[in-house]
Amino acid sequence: MQPDQTLDEILTLAAAHFKVPREKLSPDDDFFKTLGINSLQALDLLTRLENHFHIELPDYELQGVSDFRTLASRIQARL
Amino acid sequence: MRTGQTISWAQQDGIIELALHREPCNEIGSSTLDELEQFADALGSLEHDSHALIIHSGQKAGFCAGADLRELHQRSQAVEKDAALRGVREFLERIHRVMNRIDASPLTTIAAVHGVVFGGGFELALVCDLMIADKMARFCFPELRLGLVPGFGGIPRLKRDLGNAVVRDLLLTGRSFNAAKAQQVGLVSQVVAEGEALRVARSTAAQLGKFDRDTSAAAKKFVKPIPYEELRHEIDIFCELFSRPAVASGLKKFVESTDAQPYLP
Repeated sequence: MQPDQTLDEILTLAAAHFKVPREKLSPDDDFFKTLGINSLQALDLLTRLENHFHIELPDYELQGVSDFRTLASRIQARL
Repeated sequence: MRTGQTISWAQQDGIIELALHREPCNEIGSSTLDELEQFADALGSLEHDSHALIIHSGQKAGFCAGADLRELHQRSQAVEKDAALRGVREFLERIHRVMNRIDASPLTTIAAVHGVVFGGGFELALVCDLMIADKMARFCFPELRLGLVPGFGGIPRLKRDLGNAVVRDLLLTGRSFNAAKAQQVGLVSQVVAEGEALRVARSTAAQLGKFDRDTSAAAKKFVKPIPYEELRHEIDIFCELFSRPAVASGLKKFVESTDAQPYLP
């Protein structure tokens, strides 16, 4: 899977699950702020992404990560 | 049916259901412990007419986020260091008695889990014979982040069920893993769709009712020994670690976090 497609699928999944219009999400957005989520909901998002991409992504890999683009790069590294 | 402030239990058709329902995610503090002890006391009579016990959560966030760290911090701050340590040891001995009682039950026990299954919540699930997990369940022993080890019997019970390499991975990295991984390593017997764990647990419990109860109890006793000596040792290690300043500062940091639920590392 190409990096752009990974990023697009993350944005689409996040928009659908947290009920935010897809067009309001940008790759460099802080997903905590844009989605209005706390760390528990971020873990929920992580689990959904793991299930969607069939990968395992330890939560410490997300330490300090808050934008979709970096999140996508972490996932891309496991595909 | 018995309804408490933090847990409830009911018995029907030979199946006992213990529901956790404390906001926000069933943190285990003194109130939950009091009621778990009441449940453990009632279990003897409930067992006569039952063949299975299901433990589940009514909270959307998950099964259980573990010990009530805010209460632990507040209580530790309110008294001298030695008294705080005595309080911790007493709490651990009480929760171990409850866990050991459920572990030793002749019933077949099932944890139906979803969402957060962290720390003491994970340890409660590990007491059960079978674990049925919603695909959104997430398991973790975050205690090392606070300078501690699991204290509710998690290490000996995880060692009982899994290979040591998986135990080390969970314990030493403090990372969480999902239901698919939990099933892959042999921790979870079934992974089901979102919101289906309790229904499947009930279906499984109904199936267990077709078997002779004494045979099931004998099989369980044979394959699931309780590691009492290691459980005692775990309490000692926890208390030894708890007395260090690093733990007090870790708890303070957790309690003062601006995130209402600071679950990320």
